[in-house]
Amino acid sequence: MAAVILQAKGLAKAYGGLKAVDGVDFALNAGEIHALIGPNGAGKTTFVSLLSGRIAPDAGQITLAGQDVTALPAHLRVRKGIAYTFQITSIYPRLSVFDNVALAAQSQGARDLAGAVGVALGRVGMQGLAGQEAGTLSYGHQRLLELAMGLALKPKVLILDEPTQGLAAGEIDDFGALVRSLVPHTTVLMIEHNMEVVMDLAHRITVLNFGRVLAQGTPAEIRANPAVQAAYLGTDDAAA
Amino acid sequence: MKGWLFHLAVLGVLAVLAVILPAYHANNLARVLVLAVFATGYNLAFGYTGMLSLGHALFFGAGMFGAALPVTLWGWGGLPVLGTGMLAGGVVAAAVGVLALRTKGVSFMIVTLMFAQAGYLTLIYCNAVTGGDQGLVLPGAARQVLGLDLTQDGSRLWLALGIYAAALAGALGLVGSRFGRVMLAMRENEERSRMLGYDPYTVKLKVLVISGLYAGLAGAAYGVFFGYAGAGFATVQYSILPMLYSLLGGAGTALGPLIGAAVMFWLIDFASGLTNAYLMLVGVVLIVVVLFAPRGILGYVRERWLPWLP
Ligand SMILES: Nc1ncnc2c1ncn2[C@@H]1O[C@H](COP(=O)(O)OP(=O)(O)O)[C@@H](O)[C@H]1O
Ligand SMILES: [Mg+2]
Repeated sequence: MAAVILQAKGLAKAYGGLKAVDGVDFALNAGEIHALIGPNGAGKTTFVSLLSGRIAPDAGQITLAGQDVTALPAHLRVRKGIAYTFQITSIYPRLSVFDNVALAAQSQGARDLAGAVGVALGRVGMQGLAGQEAGTLSYGHQRLLELAMGLALKPKVLILDEPTQGLAAGEIDDFGALVRSLVPHTTVLMIEHNMEVVMDLAHRITVLNFGRVLAQGTPAEIRANPAVQAAYLGTDDAAA
Repeated sequence: MKGWLFHLAVLGVLAVLAVILPAYHANNLARVLVLAVFATGYNLAFGYTGMLSLGHALFFGAGMFGAALPVTLWGWGGLPVLGTGMLAGGVVAAAVGVLALRTKGVSFMIVTLMFAQAGYLTLIYCNAVTGGDQGLVLPGAARQVLGLDLTQDGSRLWLALGIYAAALAGALGLVGSRFGRVMLAMRENEERSRMLGYDPYTVKLKVLVISGLYAGLAGAAYGVFFGYAGAGFATVQYSILPMLYSLLGGAGTALGPLIGAAVMFWLIDFASGLTNAYLMLVGVVLIVVVLFAPRGILGYVRERWLPWLP
């Protein structure tokens, strides 16, 4: 049994009467790539937002490496090693690519800022674009910049919310290789709609549906799970 | 490097002006430089960090009375009261910020305005010590700093230039630092910044205190230079002025506030010689600038020709 790095117990969040996340128990093993899947509106973004501290839970508990972080504000969770990349690209459009990544690198105390930025940009293949204004990048590059910012934080747990959305096929392959190269040093939790990517990359998969955990297991187990097939894989998403 | 040289050259030009300007304009330049110190601090909060404050008149007023009261109450001299005034601006900014920074955007503007208004009324109410509507006149004996007699136009201008140079260097150092990058990050995208590990509240509070120290120093200098402290300097007009200077000169540029203060000052000086409706002329100029150079004069220059300008 691998060590658990991030754990949620009985996590819940409702919007009005809508239970977006409804009593989720979840454990992320150190060093794994864990995919979070489920139909639109299943509560995936809400769930990882609770983990990262962007929103406060109604109930439940979150521990990072055994330490209770439920009451910790988001910026302190980031400093403790939980990095979050936004589903809707969120960068600093009027700052340079360098400054975008530097903000992440200096947040975790990089001494050699230029070096740290160069390494992070290199990993996503953007080292030539450091001087460009971020808002003028193509959409795919903005997604990769967001990823570079996550990497520059040198997180223990990297949470990616639909990272391949809008990337071209070639970019998706590069992305897969990159994520694989991060583990086991970093633990990756990613929300992903592209089933090919999920089945290819993930060591384990959690399926959310109506804010609850529908199933959890290896890709093979998930593929074989009749409840998942009925709720999710049977739909058009599986064709992806 | 290029940036530092450029700004050094600007200070050199100001020094030459200090030597050659006739008394009337030398006196005005001293006034503009002190207001530029105020606006430079305002711009750190507004132009670089994105905080739209209407409370800065209070920090300016706190600096002015933080300098004047030790003079009238305990007979302190010019140099130490520049320090107490500066400190007063910072302390008041901290107190306002702790509460006001729980809000943002328009609410922040309104809350800071309320604080400033309350501060102004307090100054009026405590007329036994502050002089109320009358204000306080500072005796010539208290207007001596480092051997400079500030009742004289020339020494006033040299000290004003020295203070502005220090203020500019401080601002350049700050915005060029790692913290300066975080300031921009708050202005551009607060939520993203939080998720990079920065607490918007503490970052903005720090900047507001620094901005308050600038305002306090400017208020103190204004009082000591011109020998008068009045509650009128804590009215909303004195919050709007540094904002206009920043917008006109270029919000988020280091020299913008000086340029804005100078242009506005001499524009009013010039226009009021032409017509009684000079404020209308000033308004027209402001509108033209906003239409054709929405980032202000220096913002325009930076966009077009000097992208390296801090
Ligand atoms: N801020 C919000 N206010 C109200 N409802 C929300 C909010 N955020 C999400 N929801 C609702 O919660 C449910 C889960 O949303 P989300 O977590 O974004 O799902 P997913 O990421 O799986 O598509 C959806 O029904 C969504 O409409
Ligand atoms: Mg989502």
